[in-house]
Amino acid sequence: MKAAAFDYIRASDIAEVCQALNDGGPDCKIIAGGQTLVPMMAMRLARPSIIIDINAVEELQGIGGDESSLVIKACTRQAAAERSPEVRAKAPLLAKALRFVGHPQTRNRGTVGGSIANADPVAEIPLVALTLDAGLVAESAGGAKNIDISGFFHGLMETSLAPDECLTEVHLPVWNGGGIIGTGFQEVSIRAGDFAIVAAAVQLVVDESGVCRRAAVALGGVAPTPLRIEATAEALLSSDLDAETVGEAARLAANEIDPGGDVHASAEYRRRCARVMVERAIIEARDEALRRAANP
Amino acid sequence: MKPREISVTVNAKRYRSEVPPRLTLVDYLREVLGLIGTHTGCEHGVCGACSVIFDGQPIRSCLMFAIQADGHEVETVEGLAEADGGLSPLQDAFWETHALQCGYCTPGMLMATHALLRSNPDPTVDEIKEAIGGNLCRCTGYQQIVEAVRLAAKRMRGAHPEAGKDTIDE
Repeated sequence: MKAAAFDYIRASDIAEVCQALNDGGPDCKIIAGGQTLVPMMAMRLARPSIIIDINAVEELQGIGGDESSLVIKACTRQAAAERSPEVRAKAPLLAKALRFVGHPQTRNRGTVGGSIANADPVAEIPLVALTLDAGLVAESAGGAKNIDISGFFHGLMETSLAPDECLTEVHLPVWNGGGIIGTGFQEVSIRAGDFAIVAAAVQLVVDESGVCRRAAVALGGVAPTPLRIEATAEALLSSDLDAETVGEAARLAANEIDPGGDVHASAEYRRRCARVMVERAIIEARDEALRRAANP
Repeated sequence: MKPREISVTVNAKRYRSEVPPRLTLVDYLREVLGLIGTHTGCEHGVCGACSVIFDGQPIRSCLMFAIQADGHEVETVEGLAEADGGLSPLQDAFWETHALQCGYCTPGMLMATHALLRSNPDPTVDEIKEAIGGNLCRCTGYQQIVEAVRLAAKRMRGAHPEAGKDTIDE
């Protein structure tokens, strides 16, 4: 249970990270919070020859942006995002989901970008990023590039990031106008703080007459990557989110997916959880929007 | 890989050491500094026994390499005791409510809840449970641990050391 030997580079800026990635070849690995990488190294599932530590890179930390988008630098701690009033105001779905991410000890080290780059199929932060259609920025020695999240997750813990690229920023679009926002985040796990079996994220906009004007729905734990469920979102649009519409929309979600089974949950149980979690998340989002409309 | 020099402040004392990059922070504390109060449990971030306070926040010291702590501050269970060597109010409450049996998880529980009480002097039961959610205890059953934290919080808030000794309000 001890990591294999490796060489260690503490980078002080993004240029140095990119240079080290470029020089180090495919066997080097970035460490951010290390909450997945270090256990994998301890179990010898990962044996990088070089570790590039980005924790001292100041330009990779912080939360900012403007009215249309919240920008979270990749190495921002999950705990910092959880406490941020800006995250609560501009990306309430992320604020909600962060409470489900691990434990205080892991959120104090784990980072927002690290979780997305790690691409665990049941992780909450990648799920929220996909739900909100996040924009990502990655840098390499060749320069910076924007990545659309719709093509980012390739498979189980696999992404479109090249071995010489470092994820640097996460841009979460801020939903403005058209009504009141409501968010819902629901998950089933064996114990609080454990990995989810199934997680559902929903963000809605409800207008002044209670009609749904915009909807985004996504599920984690039902495929090797988080999945957007467009059929469910479409079923909610222009409805007043009555119980029948919500129930039908959640059934559509269960029909859209083809989950696998494992030691924690059978495929059939996952499908059932997906329906129930989507239904609860829509209701949570709807009720939150209606409550906020009543008490502006 | 060849050892590298690091400088780490542990319980307000500065240490300079040479460490191989793969040495975890918990192994550094125990094997290099001899601070064996921090326990090694699962060594892969599941049990929380190795919880320490790093730059003011609780973390798992098996999920960090010692070399990453270079220039940083660590607090361990050895730093909790009073200047005269007596138990801290939190340790005393653990003793009083029987919040430990085998004691294996205790240093981690103490550091997690010490950090909680520092940022939140009046936590609810749910907040205490959240704070120790990442710490496994296999014998006491958590109830007395929660009780100890509530008792310590009450005493630390109140001026009188006997405050809350007999009753713990819901």
